[in-house]
Amino acid sequence: MKTALLDEDELLAAAVDPIRRALIDELLERGEATASALASTVPVSRQAVSKHLAVLDRIGFVEPRRTGREVRYVLRVERVDEAAAALARVASAWDRRLRRIKHIAESLHHASLSQEDVHHLRERRPR
Amino acid sequence: MVSDRIEREIVIDAPPEIVWDVLTRPDHIKAWFADAVEIEVVPGGRGRFTWVQDAGPASTVVLRVERADPPRYLSYRWNFPEGEEPREGNAPLVEFSLSAEASGTRLRLVESGIGSLERSEDDKSRYHDDHTHGWDALLAKLVDYASRQRRERVQP
Repeated sequence: MKTALLDEDELLAAAVDPIRRALIDELLERGEATASALASTVPVSRQAVSKHLAVLDRIGFVEPRRTGREVRYVLRVERVDEAAAALARVASAWDRRLRRIKHIAESLHHASLSQEDVHHLRERRPR
Repeated sequence: MVSDRIEREIVIDAPPEIVWDVLTRPDHIKAWFADAVEIEVVPGGRGRFTWVQDAGPASTVVLRVERADPPRYLSYRWNFPEGEEPREGNAPLVEFSLSAEASGTRLRLVESGIGSLERSEDDKSRYHDDHTHGWDALLAKLVDYASRQRRERVQP
């Protein structure tokens, strides 16, 4: 059983990929579709589409349903709902970039500060 | 209607010199922006950001540095067709302004000139979507889809 709350990072990783976004988009239009039908809508191989569908299945976004020899992928509404809520919390591309800039600059700054502490201590150490 | 400007501001607990390095050094840019980075941080300097996709070909964006006043201000035009000269009309302008504050640096980002691009309204919206909230358009559809499904379920 998958956890009730969709992990935001997983969701980000899933949604940030343009092909998966296109597949989700296509499933939103169709409700359900086979991998082959979906493959005809994106510029990647049928095999690549299967891999993307496996990712979407892993995060609970789609559910494969077998009818005879055919597997149709169905969007899971509860997940879509959770994803919509999670996505709403996710900031814009620039927000993400700026957060990373902040993180990197602060790490560098703090690292250089602790270097200074080391020098400072060395200078004060009695001979 | 396409918005022409993206504006953001963030306060960073590090001096402007360090923030400047993060904005301009390829090894740092690779950690926050693109998979491969070339950039010459002087006015007129050229740059190239590349993203590797796990499916499909890598995508590349070219840029030209407009102004570089370390550690206060950096601007570049980007996303113009390769081989063309960037200008208003074919290349949005990205500006970073850094100001020292007691607690570190206030970094302000403005990306402008998106609405005046000589592209179709559709392309422009898509561009803006990709650069502001990559999946906001998708989000709107998801919300719509989920609420439609709920309505259908409660109906007899």
